[in-house]
Amino acid sequence: MDLKVNWVGFVTLVRKEVIRVVRIWVQTIVPPAITMTLYFIIFGNLIGRRIGTMDGFDYMQYIAPGLIMMSVITNSYGNVVSSFFGAKFGKHVEEMLVSPLSNATIIMGHVAGGIIRGLMVGALVTVIALFFTQLSVEHPLITLSMVVLASTVFALLGFVNAIFAKKFDDISIIPTFVLTPLTYLGGVFYSISLLPEFWQTVSLGNPILYMVNAFRYGILGVSDISIGYAYLIVAIFVAGLFTLNLVLLNRGVGIRE
Amino acid sequence: MHALHIRNLTKTYANGVEALKGIDFDVDAGDFYALLGPNGAGKTTAIGIICSLVNKSSGTVQIFGHDIDRELEAAKACIGLVPQELNMNQFDTVLNIVVNQAGYYGIPRRLALSRAERYLSELRLWDRRLDPARGLSGGMKRRLMIARALIHEPRLLILDEPTAGVDIEIRRSMWEFLRRINEEGTTIILTTHYLEEAESLCRHVAIIDEGRIIEDAPMSTVLRKLQREVFVLTLADTPTSAPFLPGYETVLRNDGDIEVAVDTNHDLNGLFDALDERGMRVVSLRNKANRLEELFIGLVEAKQRNAAARSA
Repeated sequence: MDLKVNWVGFVTLVRKEVIRVVRIWVQTIVPPAITMTLYFIIFGNLIGRRIGTMDGFDYMQYIAPGLIMMSVITNSYGNVVSSFFGAKFGKHVEEMLVSPLSNATIIMGHVAGGIIRGLMVGALVTVIALFFTQLSVEHPLITLSMVVLASTVFALLGFVNAIFAKKFDDISIIPTFVLTPLTYLGGVFYSISLLPEFWQTVSLGNPILYMVNAFRYGILGVSDISIGYAYLIVAIFVAGLFTLNLVLLNRGVGIRE
Repeated sequence: MHALHIRNLTKTYANGVEALKGIDFDVDAGDFYALLGPNGAGKTTAIGIICSLVNKSSGTVQIFGHDIDRELEAAKACIGLVPQELNMNQFDTVLNIVVNQAGYYGIPRRLALSRAERYLSELRLWDRRLDPARGLSGGMKRRLMIARALIHEPRLLILDEPTAGVDIEIRRSMWEFLRRINEEGTTIILTTHYLEEAESLCRHVAIIDEGRIIEDAPMSTVLRKLQREVFVLTLADTPTSAPFLPGYETVLRNDGDIEVAVDTNHDLNGLFDALDERGMRVVSLRNKANRLEELFIGLVEAKQRNAAARSA
């Protein structure tokens, strides 16, 4: 592999992705900001006042980390799936396929684009959250590393979705029927200690639970699960999904006849 | 050295269609090579395999000595592709499309920008560099794809019907441009349905039909195989029937012109003498089809006749 070619190619891909996100900011940045503002108003402010405290924090404070993580996850996923599937649909994926870029670089360039959009939206949602509640970051390193790792996992998942997608319906099925339910059931709005024992066990099979809780631990200092275990799970997902994407691209699945 | 070396290349698609049935051909470095064939013959599949857009079923492909099975990235770095279908991000600007492509080949942005200015200017697109691609005309989009394919200055340029749907003036200017870059050392492989284009530009021709190469020779050798040419003559006085001209086959067309088939062992002086003897004055004369087209049709029809005879 020619490192210089792949480094310049990686930077080009990231630059292209960032320009795309900024160019269509009305589609990429504004909707999650509006959605999360509504969550803060309805769940945090109106309903939250009646709920009281959770794990020692008022409800608005408790859900803020989860809502930030939710926006990061959905936007990292959405960016990669729409960008790579769009390139397939418009056939300009061929610009990359005919070039000497390695498949690993193609994956990393798109994933980096997804992470950047996730972080941009996450930062905006954090600013919005500060209008509604006070947040002090207890463990900055854990907060930052977990948000980057979580967005990496979901950017990689978005890439898998884009590889297999053949029509636009295929890129909305997974977010609607898998990602959204897992996010809602991943402890964004509640502590799993509120659930019956059986559902607590079931919840442990949801990877988003680990990311939300580790991120919440980074900000508030409380978590339903072990932080070390959360890092292990996320690291396994990153390695597994990257390998899966690489194998799929090397075989030409979804991109070559 | 061969710019392209292909041996026993086959491709069978998942639906069972055998697009390539074991083709062999070589393209010399510096050549201007025409790859011709009817729709569905296998040209685009062959190009797709050479450029890594299609997985081959079997066979060997080497680009400037780099085998695509062992040195894929080095092989890809040698090629620039102008595909048949438009494959650019229609929402991106002309300049971004070209500069991003350079980035995929490891060309630093500063150098990419200076090359982009050169190629976009040469292809008369520099004034439109900040426009989204979707705002360009069909001919401009074709020229943009040529600029994009050249931005990394490939040693082998593959053009898959680059002038389809392009008006005659633009087509001629593209020919001049392609001739120049070929003279500067770029090997070019061209597929086209405009056989006049292939005859005008290319020094070597291969004809592919139903997944097999049926002709592969220098253009001059191929054209010598042409047995006869058909000319269309407009006469001063429109005839009511096809004139009888000994040694020449004539047909009266609906528009009043006559078609005359001239074998290669006859000359045009004899034809004019015969017309003169009958008091027929010729106002204009043109080829019914270009010479390569005649040959191409002859080869494909001969192949179909042989196939029909075998099955009968």
